[in-house]
Amino acid sequence: MESNKNFVLGVFDDEDVLLHAVTKVKDKGVKIHEVYSPFPVHGLDAALGYKRTRLPIAAFLFGMTGTSLALIMQIWMLGYDWPMIIGGKNHAALPPFIPVTFELTVLLSALGMVATFLIASDLKPYKWPQQFDVRSTDDKHIMAIDLAKNRLTKEDIGALLKDSGAQEVNDKNF
Amino acid sequence: MVAEENYEFKPEVKKKIFILGAIGIVLFILGVILAMNSGSGHEEEHASVQQTSTHLVASTEQAAAAEGQPVVAEEHHGSPVWLKRIYTSLWQNNIYFAGLGVIGLFFVAIQYAAQAGWSVPVNRIALAMGHWIPISGILMLGLWFLVKSDVFHWTHQSLYVEGAGFDAILKGKSGYFFWPLDAGGFPLFFILRMVVFFGLWYLFFIWIKREMLAEDINGGTAHWTKARSLSAIFLVIFAVSSSIAAWDWVMSIDTHWYSTMMGWYVFSSWFVAGLAAITLVVIFLKENGYLKIVNANHLHNLGLFVFAFSIFWTYIWFSQFLLIYYANIPEETIYFINQMNNSPYSWVFYASIIMNFVLPFLLFMTRDSKRHIAMLRVVCTIVVVGHWLDFYNMITPGVMQKNGGLGFLEIGLAMVFMAAFLFVTLNALSKVPLIAKNHPMMGEALNHHI
Repeated sequence: MESNKNFVLGVFDDEDVLLHAVTKVKDKGVKIHEVYSPFPVHGLDAALGYKRTRLPIAAFLFGMTGTSLALIMQIWMLGYDWPMIIGGKNHAALPPFIPVTFELTVLLSALGMVATFLIASDLKPYKWPQQFDVRSTDDKHIMAIDLAKNRLTKEDIGALLKDSGAQEVNDKNF
Repeated sequence: MVAEENYEFKPEVKKKIFILGAIGIVLFILGVILAMNSGSGHEEEHASVQQTSTHLVASTEQAAAAEGQPVVAEEHHGSPVWLKRIYTSLWQNNIYFAGLGVIGLFFVAIQYAAQAGWSVPVNRIALAMGHWIPISGILMLGLWFLVKSDVFHWTHQSLYVEGAGFDAILKGKSGYFFWPLDAGGFPLFFILRMVVFFGLWYLFFIWIKREMLAEDINGGTAHWTKARSLSAIFLVIFAVSSSIAAWDWVMSIDTHWYSTMMGWYVFSSWFVAGLAAITLVVIFLKENGYLKIVNANHLHNLGLFVFAFSIFWTYIWFSQFLLIYYANIPEETIYFINQMNNSPYSWVFYASIIMNFVLPFLLFMTRDSKRHIAMLRVVCTIVVVGHWLDFYNMITPGVMQKNGGLGFLEIGLAMVFMAAFLFVTLNALSKVPLIAKNHPMMGEALNHHI
């Protein structure tokens, strides 16, 4: 298979060195494709300049959907479609509907958030992730730089990574 | 490591607090005059009460008749309405502000018990609020003797004597109030609990404060460990005592009515109000150039606390309401019917849900709103006022029945209490360093990031 994507990988041992390296590499105008680390590194998101997730907005919208669905369902069922007197209450009495409404709000917002996250992260069945270096699941931090998106040559980027504290500099083609 | 900060209780701030208290007193006197004139004398008031409250009396009569007991005690020949209003308001304000004080200590205790690091810069503010505990304890004891015959129906001796006013249900409960003395006499057990609770709260306040201040001088982790142990013991004691205090001071006003949620309900209302008060004092200090190490992340945590426990309060409130609504037992529903059908309780009832749930829930939902002082100040003020109204509705309807009012009298007294509470808190803050000097978790607080 023809390799069409070429990456330079910097392998880091220490998250502090990694954090400084990210800043340093970005200061030189190099665009970082992604950083893979075996555990969450505090401040890495900010250093990479990632925007905050918009997942809470999705959660709110799904939650509102759940709230309205639950209320419409119960008011329609017990108020109009099949009115029944339960415990001497009105047909469409609000207080007894609240627990169901609450549960449906939580359920839809939780399921909706999971679905949104999977879709947004492109995690679909039979999708095999591109693994740059298996050691990123164990003890090494991997900084991947896409050559096609940078003007610097492979050698320059490699030197820059070494200079910022990378233990190794490797190539990876997909 | 951290710049030393000492809060200076400036004369202009003191002046503002005194003005607040003075306006409160003026409003209070105005309210009393208005209340005295509006009823135009006791006799006429009494007659109009008889007329307007027939259906309420009728419904209680039915309930009482179902329990097989005569209805005599419904209309006490107690103090005039305006005086009753003063008593009720005094009692309500003292319960509310006693809660704010003890929640200050409770907040410190949960931070130690949970080994929290982020809260180190704000712990001293919560601790300063605890200085109100002894004052509120003395007030509570004094006020009780002042207001007991008007606020607490169960204190009347005739209820326990065979005869016209005899109340079998209260006779059955009398041990809880009067043990080991005779029913209808001096409520020794009740008073003992009040004294013991405030005594224990104050003792633990002194002990935890001593460890916190000794740490400034000696350093090390020994004081922190000691404070954590004390906090853990205090939390157990507070869990029991806050619950019983709620039954004693709040639920026993509606003597025949009971709710197993009341302990949690009062606690949650206290807790949210206390958290909002802590946040407001933090904001006040920050805007005056203190608490430099408190940043958006610490504010975010305080906002989260208010947000989360507003929802907790709603959960408790609704759990209590739904069960009573659904079971529909007359002696239980009378509590909410009295609140929902009579002004001003009815609008306070709905305002309390909006101010304590809907607004904090919607306004604090986004991350940014909890990280900015402007929004925090708005929501925390709403919550502090909202829970004051919540306590108003817990206490007033049971005492005043249809004659309740919410005017200058109540607002004025609340302002007087607020001024006193703020003065004690800020005065206590100015006495000790604002930021802990050798706290073992200061590093964590400085690097707190969420």
